Amino acid sequence: MATHTEQLTRPAVRLHGLTRSFKGRTVLDGIDLELPAGQFTALLGHSGSGKSTLLRAVAGLDHGVEGDGRLSAPERVSVVFQDSRLLPWSRVLDNVLLGAEGKEAAGRGRAALAEVGLAGRERAWPGELSGGEAQRAALARALVREPQLLLADEPFGALDALTRIRMHGLLRELWKRHRPTVLLVTHDVDEAIVLADRVLVLENGRIGLDLTIDRPHPRSYREPKLGEYRERLLAALGVTEDH
Amino acid sequence: MSAVTTLATAESAVSVAGDAHQVRRRRRLSPGKRWPAARLAGPLLVVVLWTAASAAGALDPGAIPAPWTVAETAGRLWSDGTLATDVVTSLRRAATGFSIGLGAGVLLALAAGLSRVGDALIDGTVQLNRAVPTLGLIPLFILWLGIGETFKIAIIAIVVYIPMYLNTHAALSGIDSRYVELAEVQGLSRLRFIRRVVIPGSLPGFFVGLRLGVTGSWLGLVVLEQINATSGLGYMMFQAQNYGQTDVILVGLLIYGVFGLVSDSVVRLIERRVLSWRRTLSS
Repeated sequence: MATHTEQLTRPAVRLHGLTRSFKGRTVLDGIDLELPAGQFTALLGHSGSGKSTLLRAVAGLDHGVEGDGRLSAPERVSVVFQDSRLLPWSRVLDNVLLGAEGKEAAGRGRAALAEVGLAGRERAWPGELSGGEAQRAALARALVREPQLLLADEPFGALDALTRIRMHGLLRELWKRHRPTVLLVTHDVDEAIVLADRVLVLENGRIGLDLTIDRPHPRSYREPKLGEYRERLLAALGVTEDH
Repeated sequence: MSAVTTLATAESAVSVAGDAHQVRRRRRLSPGKRWPAARLAGPLLVVVLWTAASAAGALDPGAIPAPWTVAETAGRLWSDGTLATDVVTSLRRAATGFSIGLGAGVLLALAAGLSRVGDALIDGTVQLNRAVPTLGLIPLFILWLGIGETFKIAIIAIVVYIPMYLNTHAALSGIDSRYVELAEVQGLSRLRFIRRVVIPGSLPGFFVGLRLGVTGSWLGLVVLEQINATSGLGYMMFQAQNYGQTDVILVGLLIYGVFGLVSDSVVRLIERRVLSWRRTLSS
């Protein structure tokens, strides 16, 4: 399967023998991984399994962490965090434009805000936004840079269930329109199944399962075929579902 | 007002719901809405008490002259021109020393907060400087800089830069590291990082330092102007002490007080404008 996709598209992200350890404890243990350009991948794992460590390594944010291995990623990378991380002292549009330069940037910022359904909120302070709105603004900030790679670290973890479902639809739609390579870190099996075309399970510092989900979008949570994927993933995570 | 309407609706709800108990609004723990010009109330009360006590003859006019005597003296000093000269001299000293202290405090805080070398060199030094009473430096500064304007401005600058540095630096080092990470992700240059994250993030502390510095500069001035000065408010008061003119001393004290209050209010006004994104207990 991996060789098949490689023939089609050049990999956007390539990890070879990636190790990372904190104070002698190995968190990532020689990971080999390729993410083809434009693929939507979800990374599952228990808390403390090293999902975030992997994401931070790809984002180049792991200063001072011991480690080894080769790692290549595109130049334009955006990260969406679990918290929206909007600067409280900048208005929404200025937050979206953080790091985006040039005269046409403002126009692109407005367009990105409109795309996430926040048109008209450009002058609002982040403190005036609801949790879902703030996370949508964070998505707009990520989009404005036209990323080749979008890294998302449990971006919907802090949202309520209803908002989360709406955000799933939005993220998938944005991906369809802009086609960045996506690596979504989550602990939510259903979220991974509904959104991603490929799901990886991180276990003991290695990729324990690499599953391609070959179902059309949009997917419903209740789709019976997805149940099989869910069971395989839960088994890989060491969870047995009792009905 | 609103409490009454709530009670009324709550009562009607009771009659509908039967045994449901009355809903009362929770006791408010924040101090509530801001009153206009509320800060003048305290000083005005003092003036009213002072006037009443003087009129009742409860105060010795030799020790504390009546408000109208002080006003009269102020008018006389103003019309013969000496008061205006003294005020302008004092203002110039305070403003010059204050500007230098402000700039130095902010630059040192930025340097100490943004680089390890700066931190190693600056922070300990400032803490040491803080432990030395600034007014205790006066004799040394007179020997170094002479007894003219320079040493006075230098002392005021030191009085101002210490709270400026301490508070700006504290706010700067308290900036959430998540925002630093964000700036790295967004590929901000160092200069842009300072402009978009560091400066706005340290503004709350900067304003605390500014308010302390403003009043500190006035405080230093009183002492400095009693040392071999030939003009200025402190000098005027010092002279009055020699001649037993309590009314002139009170004129000087009142002007210091008014200037202190006005400059503090100006800083607070700017602060409220600049930090309008903050929704705090006092807003």
